[in-house]
Amino acid sequence: MTQEGVNQGRRRFLGAATAAVGAVGAVGVAVPFVGSWAPNEKAKAVGGPVKVDISKVEEGRLLRAEWRGKPIYILKRSPKVLETLASEELKSLLLDPDSETSSQQPEFAQNDARSLNGSDILILEGVCTHLGCAPALHYEVKAEPFDANWMGGFFCPCHGSKFDLAGRVFNGVPAPTNLPVPPHFIEDGVATIGIEGGEA
Amino acid sequence: MSKTKQMASDLMAWVDARLPVTSAYEKHMSKYYAPKNVNWWYVFGLLAMVMFINQILSGIWLTMSYVPSGEEAFASVEYIMRDVEWGWLIRYMHSTGASFFFLVVYLHMFRGILYGSYQKPRELIWLFGMLVYLVMMAEGFMGYILPWGNMSYWGAQVIISLFGAVPYIGEGLTEWIRGDYLISGITLNRFFALHVIALPLVLALLIVLHILALHEVGSNNPDGIEIKKKLDKYGVPLDGVPFHPYFTIGKIPYVAIFLMVFCGVLFFFPEGGGYFIEKPNFEPANGLKTPEHIAPVWYYGAFYAMLRAVTFDLFFIDAKLLGVIVMAGAIAILFVLPWLDRSPVKSWRYKGWMSKVAIVLFAISFAILTFLGTQPATVLYTYMAQFFTVVYFAFFIGMPFYTKAEKCKPVPERIPE
Amino acid sequence: MRKFLTSLVIILAAPFSIAAGGPSVPLDHIDNDLTDTASLQSGAKLYMNYCWSCHALGYARYNRVARDLNISEELFTEFLMFNEDKFGDHMSNSVPVDDAKRWFGTAPPDLTLVARLRGTDWLNTYLRGFYEDESRPWGVNNSVFKDVGMPHVLLELQGLCAEKPEPLGEAKYDPLTGSVITTGGCQSYSIEGSMSTAEYDEAIYDLVNFLDYMGEPTKLDRIRLGWMVLGFLLILFIVSWLYTRELNKDIH
Repeated sequence: MTQEGVNQGRRRFLGAATAAVGAVGAVGVAVPFVGSWAPNEKAKAVGGPVKVDISKVEEGRLLRAEWRGKPIYILKRSPKVLETLASEELKSLLLDPDSETSSQQPEFAQNDARSLNGSDILILEGVCTHLGCAPALHYEVKAEPFDANWMGGFFCPCHGSKFDLAGRVFNGVPAPTNLPVPPHFIEDGVATIGIEGGEA
Repeated sequence: MSKTKQMASDLMAWVDARLPVTSAYEKHMSKYYAPKNVNWWYVFGLLAMVMFINQILSGIWLTMSYVPSGEEAFASVEYIMRDVEWGWLIRYMHSTGASFFFLVVYLHMFRGILYGSYQKPRELIWLFGMLVYLVMMAEGFMGYILPWGNMSYWGAQVIISLFGAVPYIGEGLTEWIRGDYLISGITLNRFFALHVIALPLVLALLIVLHILALHEVGSNNPDGIEIKKKLDKYGVPLDGVPFHPYFTIGKIPYVAIFLMVFCGVLFFFPEGGGYFIEKPNFEPANGLKTPEHIAPVWYYGAFYAMLRAVTFDLFFIDAKLLGVIVMAGAIAILFVLPWLDRSPVKSWRYKGWMSKVAIVLFAISFAILTFLGTQPATVLYTYMAQFFTVVYFAFFIGMPFYTKAEKCKPVPERIPE
Repeated sequence: MRKFLTSLVIILAAPFSIAAGGPSVPLDHIDNDLTDTASLQSGAKLYMNYCWSCHALGYARYNRVARDLNISEELFTEFLMFNEDKFGDHMSNSVPVDDAKRWFGTAPPDLTLVARLRGTDWLNTYLRGFYEDESRPWGVNNSVFKDVGMPHVLLELQGLCAEKPEPLGEAKYDPLTGSVITTGGCQSYSIEGSMSTAEYDEAIYDLVNFLDYMGEPTKLDRIRLGWMVLGFLLILFIVSWLYTRELNKDIH
């Protein structure tokens, strides 16, 4: 057991090289194990786009659908509501009135109505951005127990987050962002949720 | 720099006062001395550990997607193979890994026989090792049921029926094991529980005991010389080499070679030519359709061949029960090996010609029995199985006599250069 | 080290040198090519048109097959999907199991894994092995599947062989002209099909190729990854071996 005549530099280099290759191997082994937790083909198949017939949807009545296990809210709004949504009076109360957080809606829905070309049809994920409860629709403009000056919108019963009729969050509530608008397109009175128009 | 070093050593002192980390590291790694003459046969223990970890990891991941029910088990395996990201690789790691786990354990055991590693003072190491092997056999058997293919089903049917050979209680015993009148989803569920949690826990515990017992007495070597008998002035064995780094890093090239072979099979022949995943397991379990040829996986072949070799009644014992006794005896006799060997020397290098011949014959008979167990029983094969079963047992039963009678070579005090 | 390598190779090669219980009937060997996408596509077309209505592919999904075979969703849904399933669904059919048992004696099995269960050679022989046999309920028998319970669904393509076809085996050549004299296979047809023998063999090649893909869709990925892993391990071996050799200079 002696270390005489040992080339320490060579030894250190080979040691480091072995460690480096070993580390690459460890990462390589980790890849399939980590990767296997990603949504798999079954989840993708179940989570594929869903089609909803919206030709008979009534104004102010919430139509629910399901996409990737999440509730999807479909709401037709009156011209008066659309006017309110564009008003400065309402917008001054909102956290992100111009939908600048790009993760919360596709580009086409970055407008006051947060809908395709600003249309009256609103399609939202009914999942509160606070802790994931399902907000309830309170469509009418009237005094509500949770807000005396309610202008119509969604109210989350879990922790009191409030959203307007475009899913935009009010100031001073726990939810940090607007309700997300899923990718969708509408064709011949049928809404396809989960995919944008023009995509294959 | 020196300040960080100071902090590190303070932290280590703090931990050591509460948990024996440094002393455990020294006892099992840096100041655990292995004989300098150990050869490549001594790599299989480490390889068995590698395979054990492989099985545990891939097994945990399979459990995440597998459904243990008679209706869905088969489809869930195909779900893993097709729909789960990387699922095919993890499944093959597990199925191929099982065969390689057994392969390295067999070679590890044979190394022990070659060099007399079971002899005094290493009897407990051998016993714990044998218990590991026994639990592995149960583990492997139950694991083979889980894919719920047709061979899974009929293999389980045949093996569980063996318990029916037990006099008086046999019938009730088999029903109790199955939890049903035939193999069913109920059986699958309980085997799943045993396979994924109960037996792996026992296995892990036994492996710890196996290693603790080994580190207490130290490793044997191809010459069977106790290195602890010749110490230098610091109490370090003269013929010993610190386990770390010489036998930890020193074994990486061997592990790399082994992994090449393992991955070669895993990626290019995952079915192992029908030996690792048998063809009938590609159709779902069907209680009305027996595969043409029911064979156990290769690693049970030897014992299955001995079971089938008994085709005759003896005295008042019928053939079925006698076969089970022979098979159980073939495993049981391995346990008492340390007390059958009466030789004054450990390694076959110094044993007489009778021991050498016996070990070679034993190895040949075990290999041939393994092969016979995977083949359909023809008249010739049955005769062969009977002959080699006798050779197998003769190796053990004759051992106290031939090891005593033969003339051994003198063992040197120090390991020869 | 060299001794170790040699021993390991011998130990590991031993079990593979013995075939796992060979088939009792000689089979026509097929060397199919999973990288031949055109062949896989044509095999998929044959399968979906002639087989799928009875034999489901219940563990596979349409979208995966379309992706692997390089067929667009539009083309696939239009020409290869025959029910109202979604594109991500399993390729199951709706054969009424009880009726099927009455018609065929047994429910037509799912064939997702048939190539792994039977092997490609067997399929290649089976699909070309139907022949006329008036004693059977469907008027046909099969050279490798005696008293098969299904009719010859590819009859309109192959025609009906009058006698039991012989296995192909090695082709024999006339020593003078170099032309083929015997090849086995079907010698005479009692009903002519729309395809020539060569065309039919080609179609079956595609079909078997498709079923081989179906049995293990990740096969090509597996082999590709295998080479990469072996390459990595070789590097690990070389580097660690050099390091070990350096360390072992301490041991005298």
